[in-house]
Amino acid sequence: MAAIQVIRSEWTKIRSVASTVWTLSLAVVVTLALGMLISALSRNEFGTMPARDRISFDPTYVSFAGMALGQLAMIVFGVLVVSNEYSSGMIRTSLAAVPQRGAFLFSKVAVATGLALAVGMATSFAAFFLGQAMLGSLSTSLGEPGVLRAVVGGGLYMTLIAMFSMGVAVMLRSPMLSLGILMPFFFIISNILGNVSATKKIGQYLPDQAGSRILRVLPRVGEDTPYGPWGGLGIMVLWVAAALAGGYALLKRRDA
Amino acid sequence: MIEAVGLTKRYGDKTAVYNLSFQVRPGAVTGFLGPNGSGKSTTMRMILGLDNPTAGSVTIGGHPYRRLPNAPRQVGALLDAKAVHGGRSARNHLLSLAQLSGIPVRRVDEVLGVVGLQDVAKKRSKGFSLGMGQRLGIAAALLGDPRVLLFDEPVNGLDPEGILWVRNLMKSLAAEGRTVFVSSHLMSEMALTADHLIVIGRGQLLADMSIRDFISANSADFARVRTPDGEREGREKLSSALTEAGGHVLPEPDGALRVTGLPLPRISDIAHDGGVRLWELSPHQASLEEAYMRMTQSAVDYRSTTDQKAGLMQPLPPGAEPPVPVPGQGQPGWYAPPPPRHGQPSAPPQGQPGAAPAGPYAGAPAPAAAPHPYGAPGAGAPNPYAQSAAPPQAPPVPAADPTKPEDAR
Repeated sequence: MAAIQVIRSEWTKIRSVASTVWTLSLAVVVTLALGMLISALSRNEFGTMPARDRISFDPTYVSFAGMALGQLAMIVFGVLVVSNEYSSGMIRTSLAAVPQRGAFLFSKVAVATGLALAVGMATSFAAFFLGQAMLGSLSTSLGEPGVLRAVVGGGLYMTLIAMFSMGVAVMLRSPMLSLGILMPFFFIISNILGNVSATKKIGQYLPDQAGSRILRVLPRVGEDTPYGPWGGLGIMVLWVAAALAGGYALLKRRDA
Repeated sequence: MIEAVGLTKRYGDKTAVYNLSFQVRPGAVTGFLGPNGSGKSTTMRMILGLDNPTAGSVTIGGHPYRRLPNAPRQVGALLDAKAVHGGRSARNHLLSLAQLSGIPVRRVDEVLGVVGLQDVAKKRSKGFSLGMGQRLGIAAALLGDPRVLLFDEPVNGLDPEGILWVRNLMKSLAAEGRTVFVSSHLMSEMALTADHLIVIGRGQLLADMSIRDFISANSADFARVRTPDGEREGREKLSSALTEAGGHVLPEPDGALRVTGLPLPRISDIAHDGGVRLWELSPHQASLEEAYMRMTQSAVDYRSTTDQKAGLMQPLPPGAEPPVPVPGQGQPGWYAPPPPRHGQPSAPPQGQPGAAPAGPYAGAPAPAAAPHPYGAPGAGAPNPYAQSAAPPQAPPVPAADPTKPEDAR
């Protein structure tokens, strides 16, 4: 009962604020535009690529190249949906209206997640088709083995990134603090940790490193991750669950 | 009915609210008064289950808020008028709150009309003035047609018309049998709105009484008596004679005496019998604002000091007068007037930490010559309410003008 009311209310909140609409649009535009650009470039460069790269050329993954930037817009969306409550002070009014804080938090996350899933899935499919169009003769199709999994996985990956950001934002409350930690982490730090050989053993378990495994149809040459595509996504789900559980535990105990 | 029992809230080692017990009854407007930082908002948040008390409890209709069935339909609150997302329109803000509480959508347009915001309902609240924000906050509190209403500083930023409207709204809500709990730091406003007063300072209960009791206990008459300047013996003689006759005498900073407990003719007779000349004998009435300040002055957290403008002073142009200090700001001599003698206020405070040795009801004047925090020579306790109170050293009686004694005859 309370959950349905919160869901209705959260939907009003999300659609009536420009920032959430803008960040989601940005996620779509950035992912599609960059994916098309990289796909077009890859087709031109394919002839000059080393043989090793040509063997492991993954047209699906190439068309998802924009997700590295698009996910940042999803992070902003996840953070804003939650921290808008705190920065405006609405959280007090909201929690006074719904004293069951768990119901409030999870309904709120559910609405934002549903929206992120719809946008993320559409973006992933659009990025795939547009990217394949750019790749021309190098392109693949949804019918090839592992391709549909990667495209669906791309939508799930975008959604989970947004959910993880919501969990972190519930814990940290401040939008500036949340973005200041999440953006550099996912844009730079995680990539370094996941690709430098010394830290790779740990780095590959970070949420985006593990989760993005599902975006590849072919594993990278010489890569031996201890998890498969779904295993990697499972690791990311655990991270999301931990972030939301941490947020819930704090919200439940903390003074609003 | 709101009931707090031993309510205590600590943030780290700062105690915001200490051992607060009170009841807010239905059918009346209960004013919740205290200086800035005295714990009013913290108490309100604890009532709404937003902050967890460190000790004690507060219930609404016998239930803690978080276990109150259908809480948003029973209790409406305005905590902070600025607590809206600036990018959302007034109507969407209320709509999201209505949906959150399961309130029908048409009620949103009703309350927008009640608070007079129907014309700006589609506008983003970012552009709202503070007064419009208050109206929006009040609309949110009224949404669920609740039996219990909490308002934290509802008249802040409202124009006189808005203040009058809020005052009448509170009264009509109470007249419908609802419980109305309104916080303010303006005694004058509460005197007009509230039926009952709860006064706190530094998180502790200072008074819990009906407004009628508060007025009769605190706004008693007193007489100002002045003997000629430079005749100290006459003043002391009169002072002891008045005390002997059963009066209560307190010196005022300008050398006059404040006398309670004796009618004016009797004071005149005593002076005549003692052969003391009088330059002034005038009736006065302590205002509620004064009484409130007296009650809370030992619990004021934030006081102004004189702006010394060290190093910023421009040399005065030749022939210019030095600036006249604003009465009450960091000057010697201002103090909240002492309490009247008759009428015992109920619920005296119990043990005030950090308060001046003389409690609010101890009958002693505040330390007029308390050392200035920054050591300004001769500066007394600054008046925290300098703008709202008439300085006692400049009474509106012409005969009392100390600079023109020859006019006093």
